[in-house]
Amino acid sequence: MTATTKTPAAPDSRTPSKAAQVLGDRRLPVLVTAALFLTMYIAGLSRYQNYGFGEPQVFLNLFIDNGYLLVAAVGVTFVILSGGIDLSVGSVIGFTTMFTAWLVERQGVPLPLAVLLALGVGAFGGFLMGYVIQNFEIQPFIVTLAGLFLFRGLCLVISKESISISDSSVSSLAQTRVSLGLGELSIGAVAALVAIAIAFYVLHYTRFGRRVYAIGGNEQSAMLMGLPQGGTKIAVYTVSGFCSALAGLLFMLYIQSGDPLHAVGMELDAIAATVIGGTLLTGGSGYVLGTLFGVLVLGLIKSIIQFEGTLSSWWTKIATGVLLCAFILIQRAMTARKQT
Amino acid sequence: MATTATTGTASRWRALTHHHLFWPVAVLIALLLINVPFTPDFFSIKMTDGHLYGSLVSIVLFGSPLILVAVGMTLVIATGGIDLSVGAVVAITGALTCSYISDQADQNALAGVFLAMGIGLVAAVVCGLWNGFLVARMGIQPIIATLIIMVAGRGVAQLITDGQIITINSEPYKLIGGGYWLTLPFSIFVVAAVVAVTVALTRKTALGLLVESVGGNAEASRLVGIRSRRIKIMVYVFCALCAGIAGLMISSNTSAADGNNAGLWIELDAILAVVIGGTSLLGGRFSIGGTVIGALVIQTLTTTIYTIGVPTQTNLVFKAAVVIVVCLLQSPKFRAKVFGARFGPKSGARGGGTGTSPAAPVKTPAAPADAAPKMEVS
Repeated sequence: MTATTKTPAAPDSRTPSKAAQVLGDRRLPVLVTAALFLTMYIAGLSRYQNYGFGEPQVFLNLFIDNGYLLVAAVGVTFVILSGGIDLSVGSVIGFTTMFTAWLVERQGVPLPLAVLLALGVGAFGGFLMGYVIQNFEIQPFIVTLAGLFLFRGLCLVISKESISISDSSVSSLAQTRVSLGLGELSIGAVAALVAIAIAFYVLHYTRFGRRVYAIGGNEQSAMLMGLPQGGTKIAVYTVSGFCSALAGLLFMLYIQSGDPLHAVGMELDAIAATVIGGTLLTGGSGYVLGTLFGVLVLGLIKSIIQFEGTLSSWWTKIATGVLLCAFILIQRAMTARKQT
Repeated sequence: MATTATTGTASRWRALTHHHLFWPVAVLIALLLINVPFTPDFFSIKMTDGHLYGSLVSIVLFGSPLILVAVGMTLVIATGGIDLSVGAVVAITGALTCSYISDQADQNALAGVFLAMGIGLVAAVVCGLWNGFLVARMGIQPIIATLIIMVAGRGVAQLITDGQIITINSEPYKLIGGGYWLTLPFSIFVVAAVVAVTVALTRKTALGLLVESVGGNAEASRLVGIRSRRIKIMVYVFCALCAGIAGLMISSNTSAADGNNAGLWIELDAILAVVIGGTSLLGGRFSIGGTVIGALVIQTLTTTIYTIGVPTQTNLVFKAAVVIVVCLLQSPKFRAKVFGARFGPKSGARGGGTGTSPAAPVKTPAAPADAAPKMEVS
């Protein structure tokens, strides 16, 4: 592989050139994504100025409409940073909407208890997957695939029909808006921002965060250094399960129903957002803020398509795929020195 | 290896249980037998209107697209890769073919149908080339490289069909997925042909060995003179082509192209079929026969759930259970913990590469045991 993948970016030499320094900078993908977001936003401004694109609320709506995706992507970021992958995200989101709706509507469980139960089940599901991955050395891909089937199946076991939520506290929560002066945010959007702040702190300022990066960078080295890689790996999947469940709750708040087919394939959106945000899929390198920009870029594509009016929804998928491709190639250029 | 076997019967029994197809076949037979108490005439096959009907025929008929996709996936996984884009390729092929046929004045014209199928399959091959290019030339992880078409491909399929479900009315095209030939569903012949060609190519020529070598260690293979990149590109193209044929079959069976739902989740089922069949996800070894049986196991599971009256929505839960059980049985560490030291690290190290039943002796005619020992990767 090395023979053909030599690029000027390879920072192997002792005195890297200017270009190599720029390309080797770990912050580059995040900066590229942020720049892309700005460019798209400005393009949108110039094109739809007369349609109110410039209003602050349009920007804040990105958070309101994509809060759940943001939370899910934060969980996925933890997993990918540790060098793993989690395919069960969409299913856990769907299951959480279903489970909570079923508890509240059919079983009469008070909402706070239902929320705690749902978060607990999500985290426990993640824990179990992490346990199996760590202790039986089965690839994360296949274990979380089992999780995908399991949780989607459990959705359908609860009910084949969607359950709409008429609970008054849910609808009042869903309609609550937090005023920011220029515009307002929903509870879900605020929760998503809090989640990203916590993830930022945990990943960049705690021992646990360092361990996640270390394992993703080189698991063997991390182990030889004496880092408790087993516990960290399990914890990472637990975090992802918890984030998925939280994302499910936000999604339920956003849609106000539980449906067995909610969020099918959302794990791909979350993975795409993480990759577009500059997190290396090989693990060990990336920033939570990049994930935030990744989600914002995906959200902005959707709103631009809405503003465009004539473009059809499948362009979202195509645009996402093209962006994904571009960012994967950028990442590849940056890690060219690493062997595959 | 335990040395308790003293009599000839015991050693023959052990040779049987240690064959790499033993467990998949055992599971398949068990699943088939479960149906008998619920459907007494489960194994009977009736002749009506010159066509054979019966549960067994239906299982093969409905399982055909999955078998095709899984066979292609087997070779990709054997090189240590994975192809998530097959579902999207199924959708694209179906969409292109159906939209071309629906534009024809005479939808029954043979030439038009063949051209349409050609267009669909060429598109599939292009997708495969793209995947292969990203994996082999750019050195991108397969799961990520194929994610691109998985995400964008469905959008492309919807773009082709304009977001609608295109229905067609073409007798010749209907044959592939829903027609009969020599009393049997035509798709069974297509599957048999593809499987036969694949087995012939990989087991009667050195191609299979090369694929396993690349999967074992691509760099080492390159150093001994195997064009590992070319092999990799080839398997992705082959996999996409298989997915394309499956796409023709699915759209032909329903006489419609649905960009959104055609082949949805088939990649996951296909990977599952490959794993059940005993091919390790780490690459380096494969078993086409195992994959076919694995796909039949999945289809039989679905049929069984229907026939024994379990609510169909639990299908996915059963599938999850099967995935977990199969993977745990394949995990050397799990076997060591549960079955004790007998199948401990020593046999585990070997079993890990083959991914077959505990302590299975390596017995694949075309693949010497030392063909490609999988390196321990952190």
